[in-house]
Amino acid sequence: MSTSRDFILTVEGLTVSFDGFKAVNDLSLYLEHNEIRVIIGPNGAGKTTVLDLICGKTRATDGAIRFKGQDLTRMKEHQIVRSGVGRKFQNPSIYDDLTVFENLEVSYPRGRSVMGALAFRRDQQVIDAVHEVAETIFLADQLDRRADLLSHGQKQWLEIGMLLIQEPDLLMLDEPVAGMSVAERKKTAELLKVITRNHTVLVIEHDMQFVGDIADRVTVMHQGQVLSEGSLAHVKADPKVVEVYLGH
Amino acid sequence: MKTTPSASSLMSRENLYFLVLAALLLLVFPVLLDAFRLNLVGKYLTYAFVAVGLVLCWGKGGILSLGQGVFFGLGGYCMAMFLKLEASSPEATASQSTPGIPDFMDWNQVTELPWFWQPFHSFSFTLIAVVMVPVILALIIGVAMFKRRVGGVYFAIITQAIAAILTILIIGQQGFTGGANGITDLRTLMGWDIRGNEAKTVLYFVTAGLLLACVLLARHVLGSKLGRILVAMRDQEDRVRFSGYDVASFKVFVFCLAAALSGIGGALFTLQVGFMSPSFVGIVPSIEMVIFCAVGGRHSLLGAVYGALLVNAAKTGFSESFPELWLYAMGALFIAVVLAFPNGIAGLYQRYLMPLEKKILGGLGKAARTPSTAPARQMEETP
Repeated sequence: MSTSRDFILTVEGLTVSFDGFKAVNDLSLYLEHNEIRVIIGPNGAGKTTVLDLICGKTRATDGAIRFKGQDLTRMKEHQIVRSGVGRKFQNPSIYDDLTVFENLEVSYPRGRSVMGALAFRRDQQVIDAVHEVAETIFLADQLDRRADLLSHGQKQWLEIGMLLIQEPDLLMLDEPVAGMSVAERKKTAELLKVITRNHTVLVIEHDMQFVGDIADRVTVMHQGQVLSEGSLAHVKADPKVVEVYLGH
Repeated sequence: MKTTPSASSLMSRENLYFLVLAALLLLVFPVLLDAFRLNLVGKYLTYAFVAVGLVLCWGKGGILSLGQGVFFGLGGYCMAMFLKLEASSPEATASQSTPGIPDFMDWNQVTELPWFWQPFHSFSFTLIAVVMVPVILALIIGVAMFKRRVGGVYFAIITQAIAAILTILIIGQQGFTGGANGITDLRTLMGWDIRGNEAKTVLYFVTAGLLLACVLLARHVLGSKLGRILVAMRDQEDRVRFSGYDVASFKVFVFCLAAALSGIGGALFTLQVGFMSPSFVGIVPSIEMVIFCAVGGRHSLLGAVYGALLVNAAKTGFSESFPELWLYAMGALFIAVVLAFPNGIAGLYQRYLMPLEKKILGGLGKAARTPSTAPARQMEETP
């Protein structure tokens, strides 16, 4: 395919079947560099499964996932991460017993082997990277706090920061503003705008206001398939989408 | 980065606790206890090696192994094989039908030293084997389990099964292993009689010294980024995996390290007690070892040492007066730990004695404070 070179992520014919139930069925998705793509859709549409498939948490039954020319379907999870894919989980997954600084430090992409971790030194480069990311995620003054003492919104930001410090090319966020206050949502939208200056972002989100704030393009999923794709205004006007959402 | 005062005082406090333990082991016990009791403490300390390994593997890494007796036993058997060969010189065993082989082999109609006994003529090989045999077994188990994502309760059950299997194997292969009696009647180490009081005192100091060294090693590992990854893995395994780490290899590493520590403990046990038997290998001793660690505090290296000392001292005391009741007492102790003080003695100390100590040492601590770049980790740095 001649255009595949222009896309950072190409998903084609992706299918996963759990005991005959096709959670994702012949799905195709193309992401351009530095694009913000939002996936929306009713519960059970297979949105989270798509992210699981891309990052290797779930293995595809059929189809291809190509990222920067590499086939992700055959790689191990940590290799996929090292190739430049970062994934944020739906519930904030941070290390409660470590401080904010240590959370970011553990995520810093150096010393990832056993011996590398033993030999790892907290040098100026690491400290600078941690401070820079902490600044971006509004946690610069919280570095010495244990992560479990953060508010829910701060935990979400911390996890985004843990991805940023890995400098991935593709960031996948699963409901990043779930459970956040209105003010926190606004700040998160700003944060994502900053991030996408040099990252491609794939987001799952329900909050339409937030989707409108950030999305370049929207993909609507329903029953494991792409129902509609385009700008938010375009998909909102699509009768199929209206039916799926209002039919419930 | 910013320095918090509590962090720096914690660092120096940690060193203080270590020095207190060192003084207790190297000065107080040898001065206060007679040779017999000191030897008993030496024996307890060999279990502390296992408990320290369990802090790394279970407390920090979240991998509960109910089969540490396997590694303790393997280390112990390696040492016992060397000592037994030395005690079975052709002159000493002249009355046997095959002189020059261990007595139990002769009783079991074995007429030739088995191949796997041969290298144990060498002391340097034995020293390597004490560490490497447990490590290699742990490596095989670890790779087989962790690469397949077997963890938690399933892993604990499998380690327990391995403990049972090894016991059955040792007892069944009586001609090669000494069977249920174990390898007994060990006498000398490179010509040095290990049975006398003087030798036992020397061995006590060797044990205490090595234990302190192992605690320092473990502290170094926990202080590195690897230590933080272990804690991270325990709480959020997937997050670590999706941060680009091969989680299985970290688990294998810490499991092997715990096995190596257990093996060293086992070898020192054999030296001090003078024999090794399957009763230190199986399910019950393996669970006891977990209890030592739990009572001391599974997050605390020093707590684990105290746990091993206290539980074993209680066991000896109890067994002297009410031998039948010990198992019940230990069961009750374990329930008490789980229900009432899940962080063990170290947790109790932190909660009740540390505030008191802070009041008393407050002025002293201020003077001793040195700048440090480490962030505060109050919950992690336990005594």
